[in-house]
Amino acid sequence: MPALLQADEPTSVLRVEIDERQARAQLRQQVARLEAELAGLVGEAFGRTELEHRVAAVAAEPRLLDLGELERVRDALADRVAEARLALRERALVETANRELLRQMLASPADFKGLRISRDEIGEPGCGAWHSRPRLGAIGRLMGWWQVKVSSGCPLAGRLAAVEREAQSKTRRDP
Amino acid sequence: MGWDPAPVQGWVAPHLTAEFPGLGIASIEVDARPGKSPEPVRRRLRDLSDRFYGAHAIHLRERPVPWAYRVFFRQIGLDPDRTRTPVEQLAFERIREGAFKSHGLPKDALTIGIVETGVALRAFDAERLNGRLCIRDSAPGESLPGRRAELVQGTLVIADEASPVGLLFGPTAEGYRVERESRRIAIAAVQVNGVPQISVDESLWMVAATMEGV
Repeated sequence: MPALLQADEPTSVLRVEIDERQARAQLRQQVARLEAELAGLVGEAFGRTELEHRVAAVAAEPRLLDLGELERVRDALADRVAEARLALRERALVETANRELLRQMLASPADFKGLRISRDEIGEPGCGAWHSRPRLGAIGRLMGWWQVKVSSGCPLAGRLAAVEREAQSKTRRDP
Repeated sequence: MGWDPAPVQGWVAPHLTAEFPGLGIASIEVDARPGKSPEPVRRRLRDLSDRFYGAHAIHLRERPVPWAYRVFFRQIGLDPDRTRTPVEQLAFERIREGAFKSHGLPKDALTIGIVETGVALRAFDAERLNGRLCIRDSAPGESLPGRRAELVQGTLVIADEASPVGLLFGPTAEGYRVERESRRIAIAAVQVNGVPQISVDESLWMVAATMEGV
């Protein structure tokens, strides 16, 4: 009997090794899937909300990770994906509420005196904002003539360069 | 079609191939003198800078090849947001510096190859290499030439037939770096699962052509 057990030993060691390798391969696939999902969420969130997307390294230098280490990477990525999804959902709720506010402000500017809603607050790309302001300044304020002004968007590169040139020439004139 | 001679395929330790199917290393050698890049190369870098801006950098990780390297970094225990993949490191520098700055050859040629294809490339002094390149894990007591400290057993390295020549996605060992005196340069591409062979070949050809001024 002990002889039989000894004969079986190399086979069982091999089987365990193959099983572990398959488990590692599955974990690596999960890591790849989660990394893709996280990359998509980071791209979606850019400019809208801050996402914590870092997952700390488990090794100082590159090496083959064991099952436990791969599980740690997978779990940390899964946590980041869950947090990112939640943050984006919360952000979407805020943006929906802001869009509704904007709709009301456009319909009745006088009810939202001085309120300013920027494009990023409603999840739109680029610069610009909607601002409830009195028509004709102080007169409009006294008369209750309110309107929504739409800003002209991002400054053009040429305009920014001109401002920079002007600032430089001013520095040269008044050192 | 392609570059003559064709890229030389290196080998990967069998147990690593079993763990990481798709992992590979290929290299090509070119005669070149390191130094200031000629005007056409610098112009090409400027063109590349004009085509690459913030939005590209943000969405880089969603593209298949850069994503494949990020995944591999995770799988070997690295944090790709700290130890950046080669293409992401260049993207980061592009955004920080405002352009792909010229650092002379072969670095500029590598920048062009990496940014255009996303493939991880690096250069070695070909005259110091001893045989084909490979990817393997370090043996007990082994260290990177020029470094006193021993490598932790199992560290993934790029090696020639004599010794490790650099960490995989890490620093190059002393004596194998391209220096001003180098006259023959080996360009190596590390391929991981998800990176098509055509991208690897294209990246190597692109660098070789840039180096030789074709």
